[in-house]
Amino acid sequence: MSTIYILWLRQVKKYFRSKSRIIGSLGQPTLFLIVFGFGFGSIYQKAGEGNYIQFLAPGIILMSVLFTAVFSGIDLIWDKQFGILKETLVAPVSRLQIMLGRTLGGATVATIQGIIVFCLTLIVGFVPQNLYLLPVALFFVFLVALLFTALGTAIASLLEDMQGFQLIMNFLVMPIFFLSGALFPLKDAPSFIVDIARFNPLSYGIDGLRASLISQTHFGILGDFSILIITTLALLIIGSYLFERIQA
Amino acid sequence: MNHDTRDIIVVKNLVKKFKEVRAVDDISFEVKEGEIFAFLGPNGAGKSTTIKILTTLLRPTGGKVIVNGHDPSENKNETRKSFGIVFQDASIDDNLTAYENMYFHAVLFKVPKEIRKKLITELLKFVELEERRKDLVKTFSGGMKRRLEIARGLLHNPRILFLDEPTLGLDPQTRNHIWNFIREINKKEGMTVFFTTHYMDEAEKIADRIAIIDHGKIVALGTPGELKIRTSTNSLEDAFLAMTGKTIREDEVSSIDRLRMMRKTRRR
Repeated sequence: MSTIYILWLRQVKKYFRSKSRIIGSLGQPTLFLIVFGFGFGSIYQKAGEGNYIQFLAPGIILMSVLFTAVFSGIDLIWDKQFGILKETLVAPVSRLQIMLGRTLGGATVATIQGIIVFCLTLIVGFVPQNLYLLPVALFFVFLVALLFTALGTAIASLLEDMQGFQLIMNFLVMPIFFLSGALFPLKDAPSFIVDIARFNPLSYGIDGLRASLISQTHFGILGDFSILIITTLALLIIGSYLFERIQA
Repeated sequence: MNHDTRDIIVVKNLVKKFKEVRAVDDISFEVKEGEIFAFLGPNGAGKSTTIKILTTLLRPTGGKVIVNGHDPSENKNETRKSFGIVFQDASIDDNLTAYENMYFHAVLFKVPKEIRKKLITELLKFVELEERRKDLVKTFSGGMKRRLEIARGLLHNPRILFLDEPTLGLDPQTRNHIWNFIREINKKEGMTVFFTTHYMDEAEKIADRIAIIDHGKIVALGTPGELKIRTSTNSLEDAFLAMTGKTIREDEVSSIDRLRMMRKTRRR
């Protein structure tokens, strides 16, 4: 237990120390909120869908969680090649504990990032409808954070260096974000988009977050919940397996 | 050399193959308790691979290894408690303080809670970093970071200290300073020191015995004096060149070299 805790603490402390990274990572969500939120707001309204900021905010919150989570998983590549991870690997503790500590730390950081962006959305006019469901919303944010940190860790366990990084950005992370219903309602989208979104775990995160924040859902909150839990567990298992096999 | 002291490291017919390449090719040697042992060889000779096997990070393909009475591939955790290690690449967190780096290591290595603080303070004093305990490591010089790593490696009271090129990239003053620390630990605690370096003068001055490894095989083993006599040379550097040849080893640019280059330009 103390091993998991101390590795978690290391990640969280490092996050709060890098102020420039925190501020830097708020740039993109702010831009998206303003450009999309206000740019498409009136069209969305005219189409009879209501307030676009209300619809968009949960998507942008989870966009920032997605990016932070995948990156903190991928950070493992650096630690793996340099001594930082080796130093942990020669400690008399199991690799599973190391992987869990790191992943929980990364997920916590991504969750905090999500909360900060949530505050940003309030500034641009987002109004959550069910305040008593905020804990449920927080839970969805954490699940998404955990899921994608585990994914990042799994990928980083396989990669030797940062060369594959652009590939992952362009062919994995970006599509996950854009094909998740973060920016547009799935109910009116062409069926091939909906079919892709169905295989995208982020879709269920965003749907669950919308369900708890603005009472709008496409898949149903229980479905969102179960699919996210199953996927997260699966990725944690795969991640631990791959982490176990890292040759230092 | 006193022959009744026990062998703290025993390596017998050790082989490590990566696919078809024999990185370590049937080597055998012993290191005595309390000895300062240098492991020398050109790039790609098999030094790091051997250290990784001794420190539980890699499994051998064949042969037998005993570290402080334990088999590193069978009894990992017992072996891990026996040694401290300073890696070639910096392995401390720049965004944590000196104290935090020490503390996290103490928890990972299960140093009892009651003595953690006291031990950390003692060791930080020993490497002359006590006043900087609350400073972030990113404000430290290369030599200070190395000293901190050595202090951290000693925290769980190991019997053996592994040092993989501990003075790489440091100026002569700092190198001298660091070797003085290592000598002192060796004398005071009777700690076994196993190190690699490319600086032959360091090995000549500090090591009790030296093993030279090339192409995965040990080509010579003995005191610095014995190696010089064997090759009829005046310095260990000449003896080294006489035994390993003068051809420059062209290491392929590996993924870690690429990362090292990227790391220089990246701020973490």
